[in-house]
Amino acid sequence: MSEVSVNTPKGHVEVKNFSLAYETIEGAVQAVTDTQIHVKPGEFVSIVGPSGCGKSTLLNAVAGFLKPTTGIVTVDGERVNGPSAERGMVFQQYSLFPWKTVRENVEFGLKMRGMPRSQRERAARTLLGLAGLEAFEKHYPERLSGGMKQRVGIVRALATGPKVLLLDEPFGALDAQTRVIMQQILTNMWQRLKISVLFVTHDIDEAIFLSDRVYCMTARPGSIKAEIPIPLERPRQQSMMMSSEFLALRRGLMSLIREESLKAMGGEISDMGLQGLNIELHGHSLADVI
Amino acid sequence: MPATALAEAGSAPAVVTPPTAPPSFGTLALRWYRLNRAGLRATAIGVISLLAFLLVWHLLTTYRVVFLVRFTNVPSPLAVYASFSKAIHDPKFLMHILLSCRRIFIGFSLAAIVGVPLGLIMGRFKLVHEIIFPVAEVLRPIPAIAWVPMAIMLWPTNEQSIVFITFLGSFFPILVNTLHGMSLVDPVLVRAAQCLGARERSIFREVYFPASLPHIFTGLTVGMGVAWVSLIAAEMISGQYGIGYFTWEAYSLVQYADIALGMIAIGVLGLGSSVLIRGAGRLVMPWSAK
Repeated sequence: MSEVSVNTPKGHVEVKNFSLAYETIEGAVQAVTDTQIHVKPGEFVSIVGPSGCGKSTLLNAVAGFLKPTTGIVTVDGERVNGPSAERGMVFQQYSLFPWKTVRENVEFGLKMRGMPRSQRERAARTLLGLAGLEAFEKHYPERLSGGMKQRVGIVRALATGPKVLLLDEPFGALDAQTRVIMQQILTNMWQRLKISVLFVTHDIDEAIFLSDRVYCMTARPGSIKAEIPIPLERPRQQSMMMSSEFLALRRGLMSLIREESLKAMGGEISDMGLQGLNIELHGHSLADVI
Repeated sequence: MPATALAEAGSAPAVVTPPTAPPSFGTLALRWYRLNRAGLRATAIGVISLLAFLLVWHLLTTYRVVFLVRFTNVPSPLAVYASFSKAIHDPKFLMHILLSCRRIFIGFSLAAIVGVPLGLIMGRFKLVHEIIFPVAEVLRPIPAIAWVPMAIMLWPTNEQSIVFITFLGSFFPILVNTLHGMSLVDPVLVRAAQCLGARERSIFREVYFPASLPHIFTGLTVGMGVAWVSLIAAEMISGQYGIGYFTWEAYSLVQYADIALGMIAIGVLGLGSSVLIRGAGRLVMPWSAK
């Protein structure tokens, strides 16, 4: 267990002067531009923004899957050039290996590191126990619910003792109740393991509830529009989501995102134009009436 | 679960209680019947349909029906059965069958040993794909039978050319399906493996290969079918032994019952070999078991 419960916080993520452009036939398309973010060791940071703003692109660059066009990504001062087990990742799509049992999935990172079978089996069992999944160790992922799959995904990413955990809308496909439970589980694990977390979501409540700090991104080309510290005390309870403090933060973030979403959709929605209009269809199609 | 659902709905207080005494043989049999009803039905209908086929065959041949096709010389099922009971004690007939099986075994195994790895490598390395694919695409549409004259020129013995034809027949379906499987590997799984510390070779073994297995087995099943088609054609044209030769020889010697016997033997052998492959697939891919 020594590789998992490390008590000195580590995982200082720094993204400096970052931009990323895709090459297309019409020229370069800027996905993310002029972005600086950082995650302090042991900090929980979220990135929110309208869809298509490049928040996942940014996360994938931190993971090492994408190379920045300009700028640099470092973790604890070391430059990122490619994926590594130092930065565990949880994907929005369930990314468990269907041909491996739950335990074999969790063992995967340890196996890649060359840990002997009996040792990694024991480590995987312990971790699955922490996540309340020991009864399912021999199941294949196909038989698990969405929430369980994602719990295994998180445990798998944590098994190798990464410095940073990167999550790309991990709970987006889950129902509301499951999502709340998953947020609680993630918070617990984060507090126990004291690792840095960079969390991408479009759910504002989720971002506020989980994070120490939230970055809000602009519409494409994405850059950081605002950085909002979340001073809510921990441990956080579900009931906090009704507090005036939480709601104030929510209102602030909402209006920031709304502005950007409208920009992303190509300007103000023209519901003004419909105001004077009063159509009664009475079974006719709109084309008939107009 | 249904019990609590009922209670929550508040409709019926009568909660289903689990049986306390061990169920009697009668209830078990009834339950087994209820769970396997669909399968039993399919089996029963299958048996009836086979019997009906035999009956129609019997009637058509005993009354020597001539209507578009002529059943005048077609052997009746009883005649075929008689020649079957004779043939089964005839070492020559058994040798024909064994020789055909050996040719299939060698030709098909070679096709799998070459086709699967080649497909995997072509799917992973673009350059290999770019070099080999055009040649494969030109050769693929040529039916294995069209290779017979060329095969006789290429190989010193008849036996070798027949095995070569069998190999060719099964090679292309195996290669194409393996390639197809490789092209469908979920890139998220590859990325998941990468950020768990997997390097190229491990990714190949732990992700690409198992992810392609279902398609590889589709290729093997199709390949086995084509292997029999090619083998029988080759045996009829250039063979001295084998079940295809047996069938053709029966025609030349006016042994009409043996023609049907040869055909049925080919059918049974083909069916048996595809059952074997399906069984192997289930063994190798326990995660896809229903």
